[in-house]
Amino acid sequence: MSLQATTSQTVGPFLHIGLTWLIIEDLAPAGVAGERVSVDGRVLDGDGAPVNDALLEIWQAGADGKFGEKSFRGFGRSATDDQGRFRFRTIKPGRVAGPGGKLQAPHIAVNVFMRGLLKQLVTRIYFPQDPANAEDPVLALVPSERRATLIAKPAGAGALEWNVLLQGHDETVFFDC
Amino acid sequence: MANITGYRRPAAGTQPEYLFPAYTSTIKRAPTKPLVLLPHTQSELTGPVFGYDDLQPGDHDLTRQHAAAPIGERIIVSGQLRDEDGRAVPHTLIEIWQANAAGRYPHRIDQHDAPTDPNFTGCGRTLTDERGRYRFVTIRPGEYPWRNHYNAWRPAHIHFSIFGPAFATRLVTQMYFPGDPLLAADPMFNCVPDERARNRLISALDWESTVPEFALGFRFDITLRGAQQTPMEREP
Repeated sequence: MSLQATTSQTVGPFLHIGLTWLIIEDLAPAGVAGERVSVDGRVLDGDGAPVNDALLEIWQAGADGKFGEKSFRGFGRSATDDQGRFRFRTIKPGRVAGPGGKLQAPHIAVNVFMRGLLKQLVTRIYFPQDPANAEDPVLALVPSERRATLIAKPAGAGALEWNVLLQGHDETVFFDC
Repeated sequence: MANITGYRRPAAGTQPEYLFPAYTSTIKRAPTKPLVLLPHTQSELTGPVFGYDDLQPGDHDLTRQHAAAPIGERIIVSGQLRDEDGRAVPHTLIEIWQANAAGRYPHRIDQHDAPTDPNFTGCGRTLTDERGRYRFVTIRPGEYPWRNHYNAWRPAHIHFSIFGPAFATRLVTQMYFPGDPLLAADPMFNCVPDERARNRLISALDWESTVPEFALGFRFDITLRGAQQTPMEREP
Protein backbone atom coordinates (compact mmCIF):
# COMPACT_ATOMS: atom_id res chain seq x y z
CA MET A 1 0.00 0.00 0.00
CA SER A 2 1.46 3.34 -0.98
CA LEU A 3 -0.14 6.61 0.08
CA GLN A 4 1.16 10.16 -0.14
CA ALA A 5 1.69 12.40 2.87
CA THR A 6 -1.05 14.95 3.47
CA THR A 7 -0.27 18.42 2.10
CA SER A 8 0.95 20.90 4.69
CA GLN A 9 -1.02 24.12 5.29
CA THR A 10 -0.23 27.24 7.28
CA VAL A 11 -1.11 27.61 10.97
CA GLY A 12 -2.60 31.00 10.02
CA PRO A 13 -2.94 34.03 12.29
CA PHE A 14 -5.23 32.40 14.86
CA LEU A 15 -2.88 29.57 15.85
CA HIS A 16 -2.94 30.68 19.48
CA ILE A 17 -6.49 29.36 19.89
CA GLY A 18 -5.40 25.80 19.24
CA LEU A 19 -1.78 25.69 20.29
CA THR A 20 -1.06 27.86 23.34
CA TRP A 21 -2.55 25.39 25.85
CA LEU A 22 0.74 23.49 25.44
CA ILE A 23 3.16 26.39 25.85
CA ILE A 24 6.25 24.94 27.53
CA GLU A 25 8.96 27.57 27.88
CA ASP A 26 10.59 26.05 30.93
CA LEU A 27 11.61 22.54 29.92
CA ALA A 28 13.74 21.77 32.93
CA PRO A 29 12.16 22.38 36.30
CA ALA A 30 14.26 21.97 39.45
CA GLY A 31 15.67 18.47 39.75
CA VAL A 32 16.46 17.90 36.08
CA ALA A 33 20.16 17.15 35.68
CA GLY A 34 22.26 19.30 33.40
CA GLU A 35 23.78 22.69 32.71
CA ARG A 36 21.01 25.32 32.84
CA VAL A 37 20.72 27.58 29.86
CA SER A 38 18.23 30.16 28.66
CA VAL A 39 17.70 30.84 24.97
CA ASP A 40 16.03 34.15 24.12
CA GLY A 41 15.53 35.58 20.67
CA ARG A 42 13.32 37.25 18.13
CA VAL A 43 11.74 36.30 14.84
CA LEU A 44 12.12 38.98 12.14
CA ASP A 45 10.65 39.09 8.64
CA GLY A 46 12.18 40.30 5.36
CA ASP A 47 11.67 43.94 6.36
CA GLY A 48 13.30 43.35 9.73
CA ALA A 49 9.87 43.70 11.34
CA PRO A 50 9.08 41.55 14.36
CA VAL A 51 6.87 38.53 13.66
CA ASN A 52 4.27 38.60 16.43
CA ASP A 53 2.40 35.46 15.36
CA ALA A 54 5.11 32.80 15.22
CA LEU A 55 5.30 29.61 17.23
CA LEU A 56 8.57 27.79 17.89
CA GLU A 57 8.81 24.17 18.96
CA ILE A 58 12.05 22.68 20.17
CA TRP A 59 13.11 19.07 20.63
CA GLN A 60 16.30 17.98 22.33
CA ALA A 61 18.08 15.23 24.22
CA GLY A 62 18.80 15.37 27.93
CA ALA A 63 22.23 16.10 29.36
CA ASP A 64 23.09 12.42 28.93
CA GLY A 65 22.33 12.47 25.19
CA LYS A 66 19.14 10.41 25.53
CA PHE A 67 15.75 11.45 24.11
CA GLY A 68 12.35 11.36 25.77
CA GLU A 69 13.29 10.28 29.26
CA LYS A 70 10.75 10.33 32.07
CA SER A 71 12.66 13.02 33.96
CA PHE A 72 13.07 15.23 30.89
CA ARG A 73 10.65 15.15 27.96
CA GLY A 74 12.78 17.55 25.91
CA PHE A 75 9.89 19.29 24.14
CA GLY A 76 9.28 23.03 24.28
CA ARG A 77 6.82 25.42 22.64
CA SER A 78 6.88 29.23 22.74
CA ALA A 79 4.71 31.80 20.92
CA THR A 80 6.26 35.13 19.97
CA ASP A 81 5.07 38.38 21.58
CA ASP A 82 4.46 41.80 19.98
CA GLN A 83 8.22 42.31 19.63
CA GLY A 84 8.66 38.91 18.01
CA ARG A 85 10.34 37.54 21.14
CA PHE A 86 10.35 33.91 22.24
CA ARG A 87 12.05 32.29 25.22
CA PHE A 88 13.12 28.88 26.45
CA ARG A 89 14.64 27.78 29.75
CA THR A 90 16.29 24.39 29.36
CA ILE A 91 19.49 22.41 29.79
CA LYS A 92 22.33 21.92 27.38
CA PRO A 93 21.77 18.56 25.68
CA GLY A 94 24.40 15.86 25.47
CA ARG A 95 25.84 14.63 22.19
CA VAL A 96 23.74 12.32 20.05
CA ALA A 97 24.56 10.11 17.08
CA GLY A 98 24.51 11.61 13.62
CA PRO A 99 25.01 10.23 10.11
CA GLY A 100 27.17 7.11 10.09
CA GLY A 101 27.16 6.94 13.87
CA LYS A 102 29.43 9.99 14.15
CA LEU A 103 28.58 12.07 17.21
CA GLN A 104 26.96 15.44 16.65
CA ALA A 105 27.71 18.58 18.63
CA PRO A 106 25.09 19.48 21.26
CA HIS A 107 22.12 21.06 19.49
CA ILE A 108 18.40 21.72 19.74
CA ALA A 109 16.07 20.91 16.81
CA VAL A 110 13.59 23.70 15.99
CA ASN A 111 10.32 23.83 14.05
CA VAL A 112 9.02 27.33 13.25
CA PHE A 113 5.34 27.90 12.40
CA MET A 114 3.58 31.12 11.40
CA ARG A 115 1.09 32.76 9.09
CA GLY A 116 2.80 33.01 5.71
CA LEU A 117 4.56 29.67 6.06
CA LEU A 118 2.68 26.97 4.16
CA LYS A 119 4.92 24.45 5.90
CA GLN A 120 7.09 24.79 8.97
CA LEU A 121 10.71 25.91 8.79
CA VAL A 122 13.27 23.57 10.30
CA THR A 123 16.45 24.88 11.87
CA ARG A 124 18.82 24.14 14.76
CA ILE A 125 20.39 25.90 17.74
CA TYR A 126 24.03 25.07 18.47
CA PHE A 127 26.03 26.23 21.47
CA PRO A 128 28.81 28.84 21.31
CA GLN A 129 32.44 27.95 21.99
CA ASP A 130 31.73 24.24 21.96
CA PRO A 131 34.75 22.49 20.44
CA ALA A 132 32.44 19.77 19.06
CA ASN A 133 30.94 22.30 16.62
CA ALA A 134 34.10 22.02 14.49
CA GLU A 135 33.45 18.32 13.83
CA ASP A 136 29.65 18.37 13.68
CA PRO A 137 28.49 16.47 10.57
CA VAL A 138 25.41 18.66 10.03
CA LEU A 139 27.19 22.01 10.48
CA ALA A 140 29.71 20.68 7.95
CA LEU A 141 26.92 20.59 5.35
CA VAL A 142 26.22 24.31 5.83
CA PRO A 143 28.23 26.86 3.78
CA SER A 144 30.86 28.15 6.22
CA GLU A 145 29.82 31.80 5.87
CA ARG A 146 26.28 30.91 7.03
CA ARG A 147 27.10 28.60 9.96
CA ALA A 148 27.08 31.43 12.50
CA THR A 149 23.31 31.80 12.06
CA LEU A 150 22.86 28.41 13.75
CA ILE A 151 25.14 29.12 16.71
CA ALA A 152 23.63 31.03 19.64
CA LYS A 153 25.51 34.03 21.05
CA PRO A 154 26.52 34.33 24.73
CA ALA A 155 24.29 36.84 26.53
CA GLY A 156 25.50 36.68 30.14
CA ALA A 157 25.88 33.85 32.63
CA GLY A 158 23.89 30.83 31.45
CA ALA A 159 22.11 32.98 28.86
CA LEU A 160 22.11 32.69 25.09
CA GLU A 161 20.66 34.78 22.30
CA TRP A 162 19.55 33.17 19.06
CA ASN A 163 17.38 34.86 16.44
CA VAL A 164 15.36 33.67 13.48
CA LEU A 165 15.87 35.93 10.46
CA LEU A 166 13.51 34.82 7.73
CA GLN A 167 15.25 36.72 4.94
CA GLY A 168 18.18 39.02 4.23
CA HIS A 169 21.97 38.93 4.34
CA ASP A 170 22.06 37.13 7.67
CA GLU A 171 19.07 34.89 6.89
CA THR A 172 18.99 31.93 9.25
CA VAL A 173 19.94 28.58 7.76
CA PHE A 174 16.83 26.45 7.26
CA PHE A 175 16.93 22.76 6.50
CA ASP A 176 15.09 20.60 4.01
CA CYS A 177 14.12 18.02 6.62
CA MET B 1 10.72 -4.19 13.49
CA ALA B 2 13.29 -2.87 11.08
CA ASN B 3 15.43 0.09 12.03
CA ILE B 4 14.08 3.42 10.79
CA THR B 5 16.87 5.26 9.04
CA GLY B 6 14.90 8.28 7.84
CA TYR B 7 11.60 9.51 6.48
CA ARG B 8 10.74 9.67 2.80
CA ARG B 9 10.82 12.92 0.83
CA PRO B 10 7.49 14.13 -0.59
CA ALA B 11 6.24 13.16 -4.03
CA ALA B 12 6.68 16.03 -6.52
CA GLY B 13 3.93 18.63 -6.41
CA THR B 14 2.30 17.36 -3.21
CA GLN B 15 3.86 19.76 -0.70
CA PRO B 16 3.93 23.58 -0.95
CA GLU B 17 6.94 25.73 -1.69
CA TYR B 18 7.67 28.45 0.86
CA LEU B 19 7.28 31.30 -1.63
CA PHE B 20 3.76 31.33 -3.08
CA PRO B 21 3.01 34.95 -4.04
CA ALA B 22 -0.75 34.40 -4.46
CA TYR B 23 -0.70 34.01 -0.65
CA THR B 24 0.83 37.42 0.02
CA SER B 25 2.08 36.70 3.56
CA THR B 26 4.65 34.31 2.08
CA ILE B 27 6.49 37.15 0.31
CA LYS B 28 8.26 38.61 3.37
CA ARG B 29 8.43 35.33 5.27
CA ALA B 30 9.66 32.70 2.82
CA PRO B 31 13.39 31.96 2.98
CA THR B 32 15.34 33.30 0.01
CA LYS B 33 18.54 31.25 0.34
CA PRO B 34 18.75 27.55 -0.54
CA LEU B 35 17.66 25.09 2.13
CA VAL B 36 20.33 22.68 3.37
CA LEU B 37 19.35 19.02 2.94
CA LEU B 38 19.28 17.53 6.44
CA PRO B 39 20.16 13.88 6.94
CA HIS B 40 17.78 12.39 9.49
CA THR B 41 19.67 11.81 12.72
CA GLN B 42 18.51 10.78 16.18
CA SER B 43 17.20 14.32 16.61
CA GLU B 44 14.82 13.98 13.65
CA LEU B 45 13.94 10.29 14.13
CA THR B 46 12.64 10.77 17.67
CA GLY B 47 9.90 13.05 18.94
CA PRO B 48 7.87 14.00 21.99
CA VAL B 49 5.30 11.56 23.35
CA PHE B 50 2.07 12.85 24.85
CA GLY B 51 -0.35 10.90 26.98
CA TYR B 52 -3.71 11.12 28.69
CA ASP B 53 -2.01 13.05 31.51
CA ASP B 54 -1.63 15.92 29.05
CA LEU B 55 -5.37 16.03 28.24
CA GLN B 56 -8.70 16.66 29.94
CA PRO B 57 -11.56 14.19 29.39
CA GLY B 58 -13.76 16.51 27.26
CA ASP B 59 -11.00 17.98 25.11
CA HIS B 60 -12.28 16.23 21.96
CA ASP B 61 -15.81 17.70 22.25
CA LEU B 62 -15.85 21.38 21.30
CA THR B 63 -19.61 21.60 21.89
CA ARG B 64 -19.37 20.92 25.62
CA GLN B 65 -16.69 23.30 26.82
CA HIS B 66 -19.04 26.01 28.10
CA ALA B 67 -22.32 26.51 29.96
CA ALA B 68 -24.52 25.86 26.92
CA ALA B 69 -24.26 24.42 23.43
CA PRO B 70 -22.66 26.62 20.77
CA ILE B 71 -24.74 28.01 17.90
CA GLY B 72 -24.28 26.13 14.65
CA GLU B 73 -24.62 22.80 12.92
CA ARG B 74 -23.17 20.09 15.14
CA ILE B 75 -20.83 17.73 13.25
CA ILE B 76 -18.55 14.80 13.97
CA VAL B 77 -15.09 14.93 12.42
CA SER B 78 -13.20 11.66 12.49
CA GLY B 79 -10.69 9.67 10.54
CA GLN B 80 -7.56 7.61 10.64
CA LEU B 81 -3.98 8.75 10.99
CA ARG B 82 -1.67 6.46 9.00
CA ASP B 83 1.69 6.64 7.28
CA GLU B 84 2.49 6.36 3.57
CA ASP B 85 2.68 2.58 3.93
CA GLY B 86 -0.86 2.51 5.29
CA ARG B 87 0.24 1.69 8.83
CA ALA B 88 -1.84 3.20 11.62
CA VAL B 89 -0.13 5.88 13.73
CA PRO B 90 -1.41 5.19 17.25
CA HIS B 91 -1.31 7.22 20.47
CA THR B 92 -0.25 10.53 18.99
CA LEU B 93 -1.51 14.03 19.72
CA ILE B 94 -3.87 15.84 17.34
CA GLU B 95 -4.79 19.49 18.04
CA ILE B 96 -7.52 21.37 16.15
CA TRP B 97 -8.79 24.94 16.05
CA GLN B 98 -11.46 26.67 13.99
CA ALA B 99 -13.81 29.65 13.61
CA ASN B 100 -17.33 29.60 15.04
CA ALA B 101 -20.45 29.11 12.92
CA ALA B 102 -20.43 32.81 11.99
CA GLY B 103 -16.84 32.70 10.75
CA ARG B 104 -15.37 34.47 13.77
CA TYR B 105 -12.42 33.49 15.99
CA PRO B 106 -12.31 34.53 19.65
CA HIS B 107 -8.92 36.15 19.04
CA ARG B 108 -7.80 39.74 19.68
CA ILE B 109 -6.69 40.29 16.10
CA ASP B 110 -9.88 38.99 14.45
CA GLN B 111 -11.67 42.16 13.31
CA HIS B 112 -14.36 40.46 11.22
CA ASP B 113 -17.72 41.98 12.12
CA ALA B 114 -19.47 38.72 12.94
CA PRO B 115 -20.70 37.63 16.36
CA THR B 116 -18.54 35.75 18.80
CA ASP B 117 -20.18 32.85 20.61
CA PRO B 118 -19.67 32.70 24.38
CA ASN B 119 -20.25 28.96 24.17
CA PHE B 120 -17.58 28.25 21.59
CA THR B 121 -13.81 28.57 21.88
CA GLY B 122 -13.02 26.49 18.80
CA CYS B 123 -10.13 24.53 20.30
CA GLY B 124 -9.84 20.76 20.73
CA ARG B 125 -7.34 17.96 21.07
CA THR B 126 -7.19 14.21 21.33
CA LEU B 127 -4.90 11.20 21.06
CA THR B 128 -5.28 8.67 18.25
CA ASP B 129 -6.28 5.22 19.47
CA GLU B 130 -4.37 1.97 18.91
CA ARG B 131 -5.61 1.88 15.29
CA GLY B 132 -4.72 5.50 14.58
CA ARG B 133 -8.34 6.67 14.77
CA TYR B 134 -9.46 10.02 16.14
CA ARG B 135 -12.85 11.67 16.63
CA PHE B 136 -13.97 15.21 17.42
CA VAL B 137 -17.43 16.64 18.04
CA THR B 138 -17.70 20.26 16.93
CA ILE B 139 -19.80 22.63 14.87
CA ARG B 140 -19.42 23.41 11.20
CA PRO B 141 -17.16 26.50 10.94
CA GLY B 142 -18.27 29.53 8.93
CA GLU B 143 -16.48 31.09 5.97
CA TYR B 144 -14.87 34.48 6.61
CA PRO B 145 -13.20 37.32 4.73
CA TRP B 146 -9.45 37.94 4.86
CA ARG B 147 -7.33 40.66 3.38
CA ASN B 148 -5.10 38.66 1.07
CA HIS B 149 -6.67 40.24 -2.03
CA TYR B 150 -9.85 42.13 -2.94
CA ASN B 151 -12.97 40.27 -1.79
CA ALA B 152 -10.98 37.32 -0.45
CA TRP B 153 -12.93 34.72 1.54
CA ARG B 154 -11.56 31.61 3.22
CA PRO B 155 -13.49 28.40 2.59
CA ALA B 156 -14.79 26.73 5.73
CA HIS B 157 -11.89 24.86 7.33
CA ILE B 158 -10.55 23.27 10.50
CA HIS B 159 -6.86 23.58 11.39
CA PHE B 160 -5.10 20.32 12.33
CA SER B 161 -1.74 19.91 14.13
CA ILE B 162 -0.30 16.39 14.27
CA PHE B 163 2.89 15.13 15.92
CA GLY B 164 3.40 11.54 14.77
CA PRO B 165 6.34 9.44 15.93
CA ALA B 166 9.21 11.82 15.17
CA PHE B 167 10.34 15.43 14.85
CA ALA B 168 10.45 14.80 11.09
CA THR B 169 6.78 13.71 10.92
CA ARG B 170 5.35 16.92 12.43
CA LEU B 171 2.48 18.14 10.25
CA VAL B 172 0.14 21.12 10.34
CA THR B 173 -2.67 21.15 7.79
CA GLN B 174 -6.25 22.24 7.20
CA MET B 175 -9.38 20.19 6.56
CA TYR B 176 -11.99 21.49 4.12
CA PHE B 177 -15.60 20.55 3.39
CA PRO B 178 -16.94 18.81 0.27
CA GLY B 179 -18.58 20.91 -2.41
CA ASP B 180 -17.35 24.28 -1.09
CA PRO B 181 -17.38 26.72 -4.05
CA LEU B 182 -14.79 28.93 -2.31
CA LEU B 183 -12.06 26.28 -2.66
CA ALA B 184 -11.39 27.16 -6.29
CA ALA B 185 -10.46 30.74 -5.35
CA ASP B 186 -8.48 30.03 -2.17
CA PRO B 187 -4.69 30.54 -2.46
CA MET B 188 -3.95 28.28 0.52
CA PHE B 189 -5.95 25.34 -0.80
CA ASN B 190 -4.38 25.85 -4.23
CA CYS B 191 -0.79 26.08 -2.96
CA VAL B 192 0.29 22.78 -4.57
CA PRO B 193 0.12 21.87 -8.27
CA ASP B 194 -1.00 18.26 -7.70
CA GLU B 195 -4.80 18.29 -7.88
CA ARG B 196 -5.20 14.92 -6.18
CA ALA B 197 -3.06 16.10 -3.27
CA ARG B 198 -5.27 19.19 -2.90
CA ASN B 199 -8.42 17.13 -3.01
CA ARG B 200 -7.16 14.93 -0.17
CA LEU B 201 -7.53 18.00 2.07
CA ILE B 202 -11.31 17.83 1.53
CA SER B 203 -13.24 15.72 4.02
CA ALA B 204 -16.05 13.42 2.88
CA LEU B 205 -19.59 13.19 4.17
CA ASP B 206 -19.54 9.91 6.07
CA TRP B 207 -22.68 7.95 6.89
CA GLU B 208 -20.76 5.52 9.06
CA SER B 209 -19.79 8.17 11.62
CA THR B 210 -23.05 10.12 11.24
CA VAL B 211 -25.20 9.73 14.35
CA PRO B 212 -28.92 9.66 13.47
CA GLU B 213 -30.94 12.51 14.97
CA PHE B 214 -27.71 14.05 16.30
CA ALA B 215 -24.92 15.05 13.91
CA LEU B 216 -23.56 14.53 10.39
CA GLY B 217 -20.17 12.87 10.18
CA PHE B 218 -17.24 14.06 8.05
CA ARG B 219 -14.28 11.77 7.45
CA PHE B 220 -10.77 13.17 7.14
CA ASP B 221 -7.95 10.63 6.93
CA ILE B 222 -4.45 12.04 7.43
CA THR B 223 -1.24 10.53 6.08
CA LEU B 224 2.18 11.13 7.63
CA ARG B 225 5.52 10.54 5.90
CA GLY B 226 6.55 6.93 5.52
CA ALA B 227 9.70 5.57 7.10
CA GLN B 228 12.76 4.41 5.23
CA GLN B 229 13.98 1.22 6.80
CA THR B 230 17.04 -0.91 6.54
CA PRO B 231 16.00 -3.76 4.22
CA MET B 232 15.02 -6.96 6.01
CA GLU B 233 17.21 -10.00 5.50
CA ARG B 234 15.78 -12.07 2.65
CA GLU B 235 14.14 -15.24 3.91
CA PRO B 236 15.88 -18.41 2.63
